[in-house]
Amino acid sequence: MEQEAPLQKLLHSFAALADLGQEIAESSDFQEKMRTALHLVQGSLGLMRGALAEFDTEQRVLTFVAARGMGAENPEPLALSSEEVSDLIRLGTCCLTRDDENPAAALFVEHQETLLDASRVDMVVPLVVREKLVGLMLLGGKATGESFTAEDREVISAMARHIGVGMQEHKLFVELSRRAAENRQLYDEMRVIYHDTVRAFAAAIDCKDKYTQGHSERVGRYSEIIAREMGWSDDEVEGIAVAGYLHDVGKLVVERDIINAPYRIDAKQSSELNRHPAAGYEILAPINHPYADIPLSARYHHERIDGRGYPEGLKGDEIPLAAKIVSVADSFDAMTTDRPYKRRRDFESVIDDLRCNSGKQFAPEVVACFCRALLKEVTGQTRQAGIIRTLGRGYVEREKVAPLLQALIEDLESGTLSTTAGNA
Amino acid sequence: MPELATGSVVRSRAVGDLAVIYAGDYLNKLSGERIERECRLQLERGCRALIINFRETELVNSIGVSILLGVIDAVQNTGAQLIFSDVNHQTVQLFEMLGLTRHVALAADEAEALATLSEFAPTPRAAGH
Repeated sequence: MEQEAPLQKLLHSFAALADLGQEIAESSDFQEKMRTALHLVQGSLGLMRGALAEFDTEQRVLTFVAARGMGAENPEPLALSSEEVSDLIRLGTCCLTRDDENPAAALFVEHQETLLDASRVDMVVPLVVREKLVGLMLLGGKATGESFTAEDREVISAMARHIGVGMQEHKLFVELSRRAAENRQLYDEMRVIYHDTVRAFAAAIDCKDKYTQGHSERVGRYSEIIAREMGWSDDEVEGIAVAGYLHDVGKLVVERDIINAPYRIDAKQSSELNRHPAAGYEILAPINHPYADIPLSARYHHERIDGRGYPEGLKGDEIPLAAKIVSVADSFDAMTTDRPYKRRRDFESVIDDLRCNSGKQFAPEVVACFCRALLKEVTGQTRQAGIIRTLGRGYVEREKVAPLLQALIEDLESGTLSTTAGNA
Repeated sequence: MPELATGSVVRSRAVGDLAVIYAGDYLNKLSGERIERECRLQLERGCRALIINFRETELVNSIGVSILLGVIDAVQNTGAQLIFSDVNHQTVQLFEMLGLTRHVALAADEAEALATLSEFAPTPRAAGH
């Protein structure tokens, strides 16, 4: 049996070392990982006491993350001088005891004598990874009462290296999480700035046209409502709102007199005005937008499902869905706001226009979603009365409008008003 | 007949102001922590002596050893007594090698442990928590 004891001891230590490696690699809860690691160190050699502390490089403070046999609670945090930190890094991961002949070790033990005495610590193990102090392990004596052997020190050093790596990984994870949170905050701030800039830009576009003030913002709002009704994600809904805000950016290159003409413009002026979708695309395309299809929405918001739109005469599904949405929102706003040469139409005739032009000018599925969103507002199914509030009090007569919308939705859903040209 | 409490998972029974706690077949972190909780609970209730019965225990790993060292420490701090009973040969070797047997007495079985403790204390009363 006496010959078997060293082998049994070795096997026991190996098993503990293997368990420790697995624990460090697999466990995701840092506190639990450290508690288990301490168990394994103490259990491998039969140590009555032990503690693990994590080192904060900036504060130069050791904070205990696990302790056993050191009293009811974890020991108080331990501040280190810069000299002590340097000494421990120089010593590396090794086993320091009171009778150590190394001067740096003796100095550290002397400095921390109060702590070591109070917690009956016999051994201090700096946890050093890549020449950085990541923590400290304090160990009490062996339950056998014997001194630590050279083999014991080897086992402890091997386990300490594992624990040091676990602590370093945790520090990196915490640092990465902190940076990710910072980046997220920066991103959120930039997003707010981006949206504010887009709104300011939309206001600038609308300022050029004294009769359609707020048009871009309203088109953005309607587009957002349609996209949400279509089940788009929050990011996509934000994107289509931006597309709505900026759809008329090309008007910046059109002469103000044409835009503000208080009469129906002639063919030449109309041709000039019709340049604005392509011009808008040219302005928006070089910008790296956080959302897709913003330049294309500007370029194609005057295309029609039947192919009779401009600038390219695209048909059906050749037109991006975002542009189809902006097109409906744009036309709806044009019909429901006063223009220089005509007053806005009554709301029933606007619905009639949507019906008549569904499958010709407008994509039926977009009209259907817009009508569904509107019906929810009219019937009070939603508190977010974004369309009705924008249109103003008294314009929408709920009793008249609800059946019209309901009928239109049913016709669109049944296919009665499906596309007439090229909507594959 | 003394009562047998299963608690959450760990089986234990009270014999007067003594408590017998039954370790499972494998003493690892999960089962060890349950035993440690039960031991601390019994000590808080005023129990003056504990017997941990290893009759069913085939294997104790390093974490189990560490937890038992914690139990020994807790018992020593309260001035109570602790006996391990029914420990198999392999586990006795482990406990001897790691020094646990310097701090805790071993008994061949539970009856011997109870008899040992009765030499230091009044005869156990009727069972009850």
